[in-house]
Amino acid sequence: MTGQQMTGAQALVESLKHAGAEVVFGLPGGAILPTYDPLMDAEGLRHILVRHEQGAGHAASGYAHATGKVGVCLATSGPGATNLITAIADAQMDSIPMVAITGQVGSAFIGTDAFQEADIVGMTMPVTKHNFLVSKADDIPKVIKQAFHIASTGRPGAVLVDVTKDAQQATTNFVWPESLDLPGYRPDPRPHSKQIREAASLLMEAKRPVFLLGGGVMRGRASEEVAELVDVSGAPFVTTLMARGALPDSHPSHLGMPGMHGTVAAVSALQRSDLIVNIGARFDDRVTGVLESFAPGAKIVHADIDPAEISKNREADVPIVGQAGEIARALAAELRERIAAADTRDYGTWWNTLDMLRDNYPLGWTETEDGFTAPQKVISRIGEISGPESIYVAGVGQHQMWSAQFIRYENPYTWLNSGGLGTMGYSVPAAMGAKVGQPDKVVWAIDGDGCFQMTNQELATCVINNIPIKVAIINNSSLGMVRQWQNLFYDQRYSNTDLNTGHGSRRIPDFVKLADAYGCAGLRCERDEDIDATIQQAMEINDRPVVVDFTVSADAMVWPMVPAGVSNDEIQIAQGMSPEWERDI
Amino acid sequence: MNAPNSMNTSDFVLTPESQTLSVLVENKPGVLTRVTALFSRRGYNISSLAVGPTEHPEISRITVVVDVDQRRLEQITKQLNKLVNVLKIVQLDARSTVQRELILIKVTADNSTRTSVLEIVQMFRAKVVDAAADSVTVEATGTQDKLSALLGMLESFGVREIVKSGEVAIGRGGRAITDRSLLS
Repeated sequence: MTGQQMTGAQALVESLKHAGAEVVFGLPGGAILPTYDPLMDAEGLRHILVRHEQGAGHAASGYAHATGKVGVCLATSGPGATNLITAIADAQMDSIPMVAITGQVGSAFIGTDAFQEADIVGMTMPVTKHNFLVSKADDIPKVIKQAFHIASTGRPGAVLVDVTKDAQQATTNFVWPESLDLPGYRPDPRPHSKQIREAASLLMEAKRPVFLLGGGVMRGRASEEVAELVDVSGAPFVTTLMARGALPDSHPSHLGMPGMHGTVAAVSALQRSDLIVNIGARFDDRVTGVLESFAPGAKIVHADIDPAEISKNREADVPIVGQAGEIARALAAELRERIAAADTRDYGTWWNTLDMLRDNYPLGWTETEDGFTAPQKVISRIGEISGPESIYVAGVGQHQMWSAQFIRYENPYTWLNSGGLGTMGYSVPAAMGAKVGQPDKVVWAIDGDGCFQMTNQELATCVINNIPIKVAIINNSSLGMVRQWQNLFYDQRYSNTDLNTGHGSRRIPDFVKLADAYGCAGLRCERDEDIDATIQQAMEINDRPVVVDFTVSADAMVWPMVPAGVSNDEIQIAQGMSPEWERDI
Repeated sequence: MNAPNSMNTSDFVLTPESQTLSVLVENKPGVLTRVTALFSRRGYNISSLAVGPTEHPEISRITVVVDVDQRRLEQITKQLNKLVNVLKIVQLDARSTVQRELILIKVTADNSTRTSVLEIVQMFRAKVVDAAADSVTVEATGTQDKLSALLGMLESFGVREIVKSGEVAIGRGGRAITDRSLLS
């Protein structure tokens, strides 16, 4: 291809192929029209036409999460571009490698408030890792190469490339650049051996250590190395919302998920620890609760690829900057040597406490008072029947927390959700993207009735393009998590959370009819005794998407819970019920 | 009007909270926006900002003064370093740095007060760059302390308008922080 004359649009398509893109999710419009022409017969580059640009963004994100490759989405200028913003911000918050390409009005029109003009570079500056405005066809290959490099290296993230219409139309001499020319970008820090030694020393001295594993273990694809470190150490570990499945839930040292809806064992282990070895987690407020009272007696080893995460929220005693896998490998080796030399560690008492917490406070739920199905039961059965090889993609809210709690994850990259931004509507399009990336896996979108109504138009995309995802709507007829907070903190005044989709309501919309209208299989399950059969039925339909309306109780709540604004010590296992620390510890 | 007794017009010691950063960036469109937007987005207040080209046309230099403690400053520096167009950040220590700011002051001065105003101007080694029947415009360069002292002295005459350049700073001694190798 070197030195070939072509249009900027053709160069853009060629560049995407050179950068390794195989799939693009997008929707055309005026300013990106030139690029859609060569895209039509681009070999090896599949374009999937979405129904809304936000769907393209989340699909690219789901694809990236499930495959580890860079997700690509494409939209036109103005509203096409602004519709992408939520998905871009979402990907950036969860460190998902994504390249968003938008058309821009012709460079002569920029700044004139032209039709469908929006300063998308200005708008996405705060929600991207980096972004570019390209107004010359000659610059397209270099910028695409840079965009993919920035998105996928270091701490991954979202990169936007805005290409003016005239740049797409102009003629250029296509050359795929050799070098990157990014003098200010140094993404690959090496862990300092002195810090590794200090971390090992702390691990040798600690009596109550815990490994806190975060999304960085996923993004760094470091499950194997981290598992080895955990095994060498023998200390317990917890997996944050972004790291569910990083190590198997069945691992004997696993205490569950920490945080606002974490297990008692995980939350308490962190609170009572004397050493936290954090690998790729960012001490997010949903994990720490009130920061001042978080793990008050713990020394902190904080390993992250992004130096800015270290000591951002919680001061680190030993900062280690580098790739999760490289750090884990080095630390495991150092630890193994120390242990071989002289091992005085005894985690016996610590494990006794933790085992007691695990035994006394397992995750669970109570039957609902209204007699309708407990949503936790549905989610738990989906996980058991579909199994640990399937991919589960949640929306945001109660069903997301239950999916994190009650599905057992045994493999990395099988749990996708919007953790940082908390984007309702993530599930269906992200599941679509995951299924495109992993066509041989069963992909479940576990969604809420509120979330589902935000982005279900992508079911059309799934049907037309033969992307047979399975959607479980956990239909509690309300914005459940908001309702839970209204129940607990607003005197049960349910202001604007009733969605009228479930039991005793007009069922607007009727999800089964909606599924049918889209050409999906639509199923409904309203009774406990039908749960297994309905899931089995959904498992057997693989020629089109399945949408199951699991109509459940609206009163079920997510427990345990650390209410906002209080210490993690105040964890409640059910309404008004806290563990009896005096008795238990 | 009393003359200030021992006005130190060379250096002054910054308050512990006042920190000067020299941020070397690629000279590309939008880079200043990226830097300033990062400050506002992360909730850091900028007390002074000055931008200009360097001896290398591909590199611009942003001098930022912020009032933060050392921990916040570290966080700012790390966040700035993540910007792809930022090449290098140097924290300039007040003790080994020359810091200067330029101010233009339009002050009321008629026949009855002009002499007193000019006396102050002379005392601060400032200069008059424009004059009218009822005003003079004064130009002064110096540390922020010196300029505040000058401004304080002129206030009673009636300050009509001021404009400041923002602080610029350079390390003492022969070493330079800019270097073409930053671009490779």
